Amino acid sequence: MADQLINQVVWPLIYILCIVLPLVIAVAMFVYWERKVIGWMHVRLGPNKIGPGGVLQAFADVVKLLIKEVILPTKANRFLYFLAPLIGLVPALAAWAVIPFSGKMVLSNANAGILYLLAMTSMGVYGIIIAGWASNSRYALLGAMRSAAQVISYELAMGLCLVCVMVLAGSLNLSEIVNAQAGGKGLFEWFWLPLLPVFVIYFVSGVAETNRLPFDMAEGESEIVAGFHVEYSGSAFALFFLAEYANMILVSFLSAIFFLGGWLSPLQGWISADAPGWISWLGAGSFAWLFIKAFVMSFFFLWFRATFPRYRYDQIMRLGWKVFIPIAIAWVFVAGLLKYYGLVSTGVGA
Amino acid sequence: MNPQTLQIICFYAFSLVAVAAALSVITLKNTVHAVLALVLTFFSAACLWLLLDAEFLALALVVVYVGAVMVLFLFVVMMLDIDLEKMHEGFVKFLPVGVIVAVVMLAEMLGLIGVRAMHARDLGADPAAVAGVSNTAWLGQALYTKFLLPFEVAALVLTVGLVAAVALTLRERRDARYESASQQVKVDPRDRVRIVKMAAARPDEPTAPQEPQP
Repeated sequence: MADQLINQVVWPLIYILCIVLPLVIAVAMFVYWERKVIGWMHVRLGPNKIGPGGVLQAFADVVKLLIKEVILPTKANRFLYFLAPLIGLVPALAAWAVIPFSGKMVLSNANAGILYLLAMTSMGVYGIIIAGWASNSRYALLGAMRSAAQVISYELAMGLCLVCVMVLAGSLNLSEIVNAQAGGKGLFEWFWLPLLPVFVIYFVSGVAETNRLPFDMAEGESEIVAGFHVEYSGSAFALFFLAEYANMILVSFLSAIFFLGGWLSPLQGWISADAPGWISWLGAGSFAWLFIKAFVMSFFFLWFRATFPRYRYDQIMRLGWKVFIPIAIAWVFVAGLLKYYGLVSTGVGA
Repeated sequence: MNPQTLQIICFYAFSLVAVAAALSVITLKNTVHAVLALVLTFFSAACLWLLLDAEFLALALVVVYVGAVMVLFLFVVMMLDIDLEKMHEGFVKFLPVGVIVAVVMLAEMLGLIGVRAMHARDLGADPAAVAGVSNTAWLGQALYTKFLLPFEVAALVLTVGLVAAVALTLRERRDARYESASQQVKVDPRDRVRIVKMAAARPDEPTAPQEPQP
């Protein structure tokens, strides 16, 4: 009984904390990094006052947000207004349950990992819609409407991209998908090569799905002030912020796992395991590689933000429905043919 | 606590939430609240299916209904401007009709359950577990081999329904103005903007030679 309790409840809780706490800290550091990078791209300094080089700026912001008053607008729906940030945050954190950090480090090695991810990411939109409606504000409602349409459109494209990955890997399990990208030809074994257009579509759809620039129609500061979270302040706003950044980091990790070989080394197969010391470590897979890849992918979010102007709403819809979805559908067939004729080898043993 | 007991507790907890949410769908006055209650109903149903090891069905329910269909529902309901007074006006008038329909449906459902119960047979062990593969993999195998024809027919029917829905609702408006993306891309800036090169500052105007006044 006590054994079971420890194994079934206590250990999973500890593992969950081991993922969520670093994630929250990563979000804080990522916000700092974002402000720094965009500062450099704008030829500014970015935050540089708090802590060495401004490192503690994000934590100062968190403290500031937490001690601010949470304002409830007149005639807002009290229950839904306070529920919305939580509904937005929970799927963003829950999706991390199936992420494999290395061959053995995974909280839940679920068989239907991809389906679970799709389910969780598709539920995040409720936080935005409910927030927009419960705020009883026109700007917030407009932001919620835009976001709902956008997220649904791009989810389809994302799902079709994942179908291509499933076809090649032959599995819905994320660890098996990474293992299918193992082989002797280094980074050319990964799925980005046979699925190159799909990789691009997946990542751009991920940017749209997280409502980041240049697809941030849900916020659109210059058009609808701040969209769905215009009425939120203090810690309620902080939760939305946390959810958005956790989702960005999630999409970066997923792109790395689905298309860039997850924890596998880009030099796999080129360096023999007998090589001395750190050289053999370079060829072996480890979570460090996954973090490096995810970091590079997350840098693209910041780069996009500093580079591109915001899309117009009808252009976003056109890009999603008339460009991305047809290409993704066509590539499902291409992936099927590649697999059928054995042009893509998957896995070491297979 | 053994796993079975835990499973039964979970089953009743999820069922309770599902039934309560389903009841609130029809009793809540606020339409947006009703839609959110429906979302909760679907989600609890997915949890119940997950308890039965039907992971594909459960997750597909969440992805399709919770993640897409209900979002569009919410989208529409949020736009509606419903006058509740007017809605409640006909309540007494339509009550007999409603009760008759409900009773007939209940009788039919009970009858169906009764007929099924007479022919009830043991379904045997979970075929996915017997085959030693995951639920999703087994379902995919079965759909694309044993049930290929019904599956394709269902897909075709759905496609026809989709095309019909678009054909019924799409009305070409003659006076609407469209933008052609390909034309927009092909625009040459030189056709629209004339760049005039000129010095940044006005050159000193040469003073006109003073005509000697007569």
